[in-house]
Amino acid sequence: MKLTDLTLTELRDALRRGETSSVEATQAVLDRIDAVDPAVKSYLTLTPENALADAAAADKRRAAGDDSPLLGVPVGVKDIICTKGVQTTAGSKILEGFVPPYDAFVVEQLKKTGAVILGKTNTDEFAMGSSTENSAYMTTSNPWDVTRVPGGSSGGSAAAVSAQLGYAALGSDTGGSVRQPASFCGVVGIRPTYGRMSRWGVIAYASSLDQVGCFGRTVADTTAIFQATAGHDPHDSTSLSVAVPDYEAALTGDIKGLRVGVPKEYFVEGLNPETEKAVRAAIAQLADLGAEIVEISLPHTEYALPVYYLIAPAEASANLARYEGTRFGPRVTGDDMISTVKKTRALFGEEVQRRIMLGTYALSAGYYDAYYGRALKARTLIKNDFKKAFEQVDVIASPTTPTTAFKIGDKTDDPLSMYLNDIFTVSLNLSASCGLSVPCGFDAAGLPIGLQLIGDTLQEATILNAAYAYESATQFYKQTPNIKL
Amino acid sequence: MSKYEAVIGLEVHAELMTDSKMFCGAPVVDSVEAEPNVAVRPLCLGMPGTLPVANKQAIEYALKVALALNCDINKFNRFDRKNYFYPDLPKGYQISQLDHPIGVNGYVDVTLESGEVKHIRVRRVHMEEDTGKLTHMADGTSLVDYNRAGVPLLEIVSEPDIHSAEVAHAYATHLRQILRYLEVNSGDLEKGVLRVEPNISIRPTGTDELNTRTEVKNLNSFRILYMASEYEIKRQTALIESGGSVVQETRGWNEERKSTFSQRIKEDAHDYRYFPDPDLPAIELDQSFIDAVRAGLPELPASKIERYQTEMGLGAADAKQLAAEKRTAIWFDAAVTAGGDPKAVANMLINNLSAMMNESGQAIDDIAVTPDSLVGLLVQVEKGVINKNIAKEVLAEMFANGGSAASIIAAKGLAQVSDDGPIRDVISTILANNPNELAAYKAGKTKLRGFFVGQVMREMKGKANPAVVNQLLDEALKS
Repeated sequence: MKLTDLTLTELRDALRRGETSSVEATQAVLDRIDAVDPAVKSYLTLTPENALADAAAADKRRAAGDDSPLLGVPVGVKDIICTKGVQTTAGSKILEGFVPPYDAFVVEQLKKTGAVILGKTNTDEFAMGSSTENSAYMTTSNPWDVTRVPGGSSGGSAAAVSAQLGYAALGSDTGGSVRQPASFCGVVGIRPTYGRMSRWGVIAYASSLDQVGCFGRTVADTTAIFQATAGHDPHDSTSLSVAVPDYEAALTGDIKGLRVGVPKEYFVEGLNPETEKAVRAAIAQLADLGAEIVEISLPHTEYALPVYYLIAPAEASANLARYEGTRFGPRVTGDDMISTVKKTRALFGEEVQRRIMLGTYALSAGYYDAYYGRALKARTLIKNDFKKAFEQVDVIASPTTPTTAFKIGDKTDDPLSMYLNDIFTVSLNLSASCGLSVPCGFDAAGLPIGLQLIGDTLQEATILNAAYAYESATQFYKQTPNIKL
Repeated sequence: MSKYEAVIGLEVHAELMTDSKMFCGAPVVDSVEAEPNVAVRPLCLGMPGTLPVANKQAIEYALKVALALNCDINKFNRFDRKNYFYPDLPKGYQISQLDHPIGVNGYVDVTLESGEVKHIRVRRVHMEEDTGKLTHMADGTSLVDYNRAGVPLLEIVSEPDIHSAEVAHAYATHLRQILRYLEVNSGDLEKGVLRVEPNISIRPTGTDELNTRTEVKNLNSFRILYMASEYEIKRQTALIESGGSVVQETRGWNEERKSTFSQRIKEDAHDYRYFPDPDLPAIELDQSFIDAVRAGLPELPASKIERYQTEMGLGAADAKQLAAEKRTAIWFDAAVTAGGDPKAVANMLINNLSAMMNESGQAIDDIAVTPDSLVGLLVQVEKGVINKNIAKEVLAEMFANGGSAASIIAAKGLAQVSDDGPIRDVISTILANNPNELAAYKAGKTKLRGFFVGQVMREMKGKANPAVVNQLLDEALKS
């Protein structure tokens, strides 16, 4: 068995037993990246020297008796998360060459726990997209079929974990950007409760919806990196000052009596029959494992997507105002200040410009009440849907996405059909819930299908354990993509 | 009564002298003195991924001001993003308070020179952050300094209750004094830490119309605030009387021509696209916090002036002068508490010490004379140990080298001589040495009495008790 075939927890055990070293494992992953990533294109920036130095340092720490949870484990970080001294672009030309003088809180946490950062993974520009096709640099391929998208915006991280180009990875999820690519790439992806992860150093797209998420090949792997990066950060005023429970200890696999809600609004027209079949089977499996299945209703589901596409662009229009070339990033010099600002801001890609305009419009005098103001009210209704549902059930189960991975180029000319990828994931971002996607089978073309499990505020342990129980019974993670090079 | 009256509202921006900026740990520095861009952190440069954390000290300072201006305090405080592009605004939006400012519906009572009191309502007090500073170079380039970007800024907006340049000036001065008393702002207009912008319109006297107004910006002294307001009232009046109309615009002040000039016509209100800042959860102020800040407020100048007059019997001018600067007032209060007679302390402070401080350039906290030592000096005068003239000499010595009045009097032998013997001896000698003057006096030239007093005092180096000298001299001259 190759080192890169190991899951994170298997590698951790091997490191603990002294069967391998971090340098060995890191070198093995770097070699595989060399061989495989030209086809997958998951990493925008690779930092092999840093990684090997950090791996050597980790081995030294271990020799000195340190056994930090991710000590010596090579991981990837989405390029929307700032890394001190390493270029961070958010997938945009407007940040080409930008080297942050600070680490994001979650990166600091990774470093504290001894993880080895391999590099920065591809993303749709400013996390706006569902396929990585909006990255200004390249489109990542789905390891299961390189002619297909990996999902997005955290497509680079999902593809890297799926292709075994890192034992785990960090992403970010504003409307589904962790769960949707996890589903497309056949890996586990969690989007924790808003405030569970610090947003400090995470380049903002939509501040009230953005949250760092985690990818792993298994539920246990995902839990391990989540455990290491979650927590309160005084530099993020929206970070929750709540102790981090022992998530790894919560993975008992026992879900007897767990009440699982199935929202009727999530099994509607547009849902691919193969996906529906796999998800229904998964729900039946949960019942077999002792869960109680309850049909529920989330009546305002149909408003989630339009509400999202008012709130997210509105916040983005302000968040992206700072990119004008005065203090950092490239500057395209014009004849005067205004033309310099305009030319520099033309470095934004089309989708980013579209959302800035949508958001500017939604906030404008005379339109605020009709659009942004009303969206905030509808958001409250959606939140209340979940609140009510969680009085009845512990977990909500649904498909993660309506279809499996689509072909590269299929939806690039039709933003609306691209936006529909988020219909099952986006409600959660508008609420105070947490959610994850866990593999639940394959379609006829051999493409992975994801089961979404949604939990109440800060109930990550509950959904992780449910996913763990399901995964233990099905073991879809044991199937790995056969990447066409 | 003139045909038109002015309607003026004042917008005042005051930087808060906190240790660090409004939303990050960068220090607040003197943005005129400091090298450019030394007091900056990733957040106040608007760098990607940075997040604001509200400064508790700034909220406390803002609360102090709102309370001192008699505002209703909003416990629920929310920050909003005010969106506009400018290179001195790092994030492309300013964090401000739109719908939920910390204070509303306040007022101040401003006393004019004449003693008349004007009640000016304060519409709102809200927290925001300052911008950076642009310098436009001769070659067409512009430089930007972000030291000031993110410094806590308080906006204080009055109702349009002001109807003359004099009242505008008095209100602004009053506000400045309060800010200095609260020690939240140095009041230095020239450095731009305090900025005063009047909105001015005119209307037929006696009506309550609100007409098109102009805003005058970049006024860097209260004298200019007065002149610009005066100028603007006259300009608008002349315009209306000649059948013209006022254009809504921003005007600047031309110091050479002593006139305002048009800077920017406001065709449309700028659309700032305000929305609640999702990075900053609303802040709910505890009643206990508000109570603690209120309890910690210092006595404000208006109250001091009132107290100095009614309780201590000082004149209005002296009371005002003593209360003008908090440190002077505190010094004065301490001297009175230490047992000094208020009038005597005020007299020494206003007539003697302030001249010495002006000459040496020292502030009252830095001088060697303390409230206690001044009272010690006054006790020596009261007891008759020294007279008032010698007291000035002793005070000068105390100011120059410190020490107590008693020790200086002893060391220099300045104690007043009241014993009859030595004074009588000196009088005899003086009369003997000036036979011509004595003869003239006796012949009826009684004005020469003053000459003899002067000679005696001079001989005794001013230490003789003047009452005793007078009495003994009269006896000697009669004999």
